Amino acid sequence: MEAESVNPSRDAILARLREALEGSSPRPRQDEPGAWPTPDPVAEFAEKAAEYRARVWRGCQADAPARLAEVIGAGRAAVAPGLDTHLIPPGAEVRSRIRPVEAETYAAAVTGCRLAIAETGTIVLDHGPDQGTRSLTLLPDHHICLVRTDQIVAGVAEAVAALKGAGLQTWISGPSATSDIELIRVEGVHGPRRLDILILEPDA
Amino acid sequence: MSGGGITPSDRFEKAVKLTLADGQMRANLRHATTTIRRKRQRAQDEVPDWQELRDRAARMKDDAHARLPELLIQLEERVQDAGGRVHWARDAAEAREIVAAIAAGYGLNRVVKVKSMTTDEIELNDFLASRGIAAVETDLAELICQLAGDRPSHILVPAIHRNRREIQELFRRTLGADLPTDNPAELAEAARLHLRRTFLAAEMAVSGANFAVAETGTVAVVESEGNGRMCLTLPRVLATVMGVEKVFPLWSDVELMLRLLPRSSTAERMNPYTSFWTGVRPGDGPQEFHLILLDNGRSRVLADPSTRETLRCIRCSACLNVCPVYERAGGHAYGSVYPGPIGAILTPQLLGMEHGEANSLPGASSLCGACLEVCPVKIDIPRILVELRAKAGVKPAESAGLKAAAWAMASPRRFEAAIRWARRGRGLAPLLPGPLSGWLQGRDLPEMPARSFREEWRRSR
Ligand code: SF4
Repeated sequence: MEAESVNPSRDAILARLREALEGSSPRPRQDEPGAWPTPDPVAEFAEKAAEYRARVWRGCQADAPARLAEVIGAGRAAVAPGLDTHLIPPGAEVRSRIRPVEAETYAAAVTGCRLAIAETGTIVLDHGPDQGTRSLTLLPDHHICLVRTDQIVAGVAEAVAALKGAGLQTWISGPSATSDIELIRVEGVHGPRRLDILILEPDA
Repeated sequence: MSGGGITPSDRFEKAVKLTLADGQMRANLRHATTTIRRKRQRAQDEVPDWQELRDRAARMKDDAHARLPELLIQLEERVQDAGGRVHWARDAAEAREIVAAIAAGYGLNRVVKVKSMTTDEIELNDFLASRGIAAVETDLAELICQLAGDRPSHILVPAIHRNRREIQELFRRTLGADLPTDNPAELAEAARLHLRRTFLAAEMAVSGANFAVAETGTVAVVESEGNGRMCLTLPRVLATVMGVEKVFPLWSDVELMLRLLPRSSTAERMNPYTSFWTGVRPGDGPQEFHLILLDNGRSRVLADPSTRETLRCIRCSACLNVCPVYERAGGHAYGSVYPGPIGAILTPQLLGMEHGEANSLPGASSLCGACLEVCPVKIDIPRILVELRAKAGVKPAESAGLKAAAWAMASPRRFEAAIRWARRGRGLAPLLPGPLSGWLQGRDLPEMPARSFREEWRRSR
């Protein structure tokens, strides 16, 4: 591997690092992921997501289409292709990406997620078919995310374990924000300024 | 000028005289650090296994550094397998050349940038400008610094030294924004409009990385505003500059970072956005990805086992916000993109302890120990400061001072007694090592806080 290297910088850096480490030996490490104790992950997720000023709604699958239509309102919406068809409101367009020239075309994007985390109120996208490519949830000013209760995990450690192998991920905790001006949290710099989370209970 | 590199042009005790004179900056800084300190403590108290997390993270980073060559090779393989390219840069000059060559290869004269201390460290923006390539900063604070011609003064809130009235004035003047008030939401909106056009037209982005995972080749950027997502998603070319010390061995180690970093830095349970990517994903985001692995003195830091743990730093800035010296001196006094307690130990080690200006930095501390208490990766900054002071070569007269420091450090109570003593106007200098006594002469003693941070700390628990 190094014999065929034709990169002097690479060789030099590796040699310097090896020299720096001479005489010290690695200590094998055993690491147990930390658990997040929570009596009710769904309630905790809902509460924490709301504290970051996401608008959170909780209801059954059957009521979801009506709620979706309500939060979308009059604007033009793009819906990720992999979503259950019964969830797609009439008039919405199925799109997996939004091109820069279309940046102002869609008011909202509707997607699912890979999982959600109670510990931090976070939703995680792995950009599977029900979530679209990254531009879909970035350019419209309003992101509406559907979360099934069985997708909510207690802690960050469980989420990380479940996400192993997902090469592309976006972790979202509340709408875009900055505290750069006198540390006052201001919503909405570049990402979507509105985040709606619809938590879907299984049908009874 | 933004992106000022790591080489101080003055010794700390000299530079600090200038920054102490800026009353507005000190007032802004005090407000900011006090606010973050209070919030950070709350964020930490919410996590039952916080102390275990710190221990685990320290062990993880030590493990990574002990196996750095092998992990970097593994990272390189994984990134290449996923369609990315990996470059190695011995120093700042090499890293700058690599980035410029990538941009020039596409004939580009403009790149968008996500805030990155590493690209500031290598003074990338000025270099690109000299090659006719404009580097547009896209973080609100970095934009403020870039428009104002300032250097960032804080790792996390680089414009912490500017208040809203100053920013309103600046945006009116430079962006031509119509801003009737200095309401932060309106200021942010003006920046949003200005930058959105830039993002949509961008062909290449330059970023730093918070970490990369050797096991999977996955790279991460942790951010708040969404400009990171814009830069990582819209352009067709992405170049990421990362210090070699930031590699993690295992994917599961991501837990540690995402639980410790947001609470330590912005005092949030989680930052608004974290992006992970692995090489190139066809049809989504940049179709060309370059990862530039930077040494620039890190192998030098690694070479001393007694101070190597400096490389654990995850740039959370918690140590800045609790540091009484930083609060008064401000970031600029450190003369480096790495200010505060971490800067006082990292900058001189990166440059080498023989560096005549940088080796004054370990003197910029009262050794109160607050930085170690908050550090999420448990870097023993006070101990390293003392070691570095010794290495900087103290004159015989000053070694008595070093002994006194060790004596004071051995007992926090003793040290507090020394501080209280000083506050009564007796002066701290006789009790403290040489470089610090020099620093104390550069400032007015009446500026001692009414209560020391360690005292505050104990009271608030
Ligand atoms: S030294 Fe520790 S507290 Fe300071 S910035 Fe680095 S990780 Fe944070």
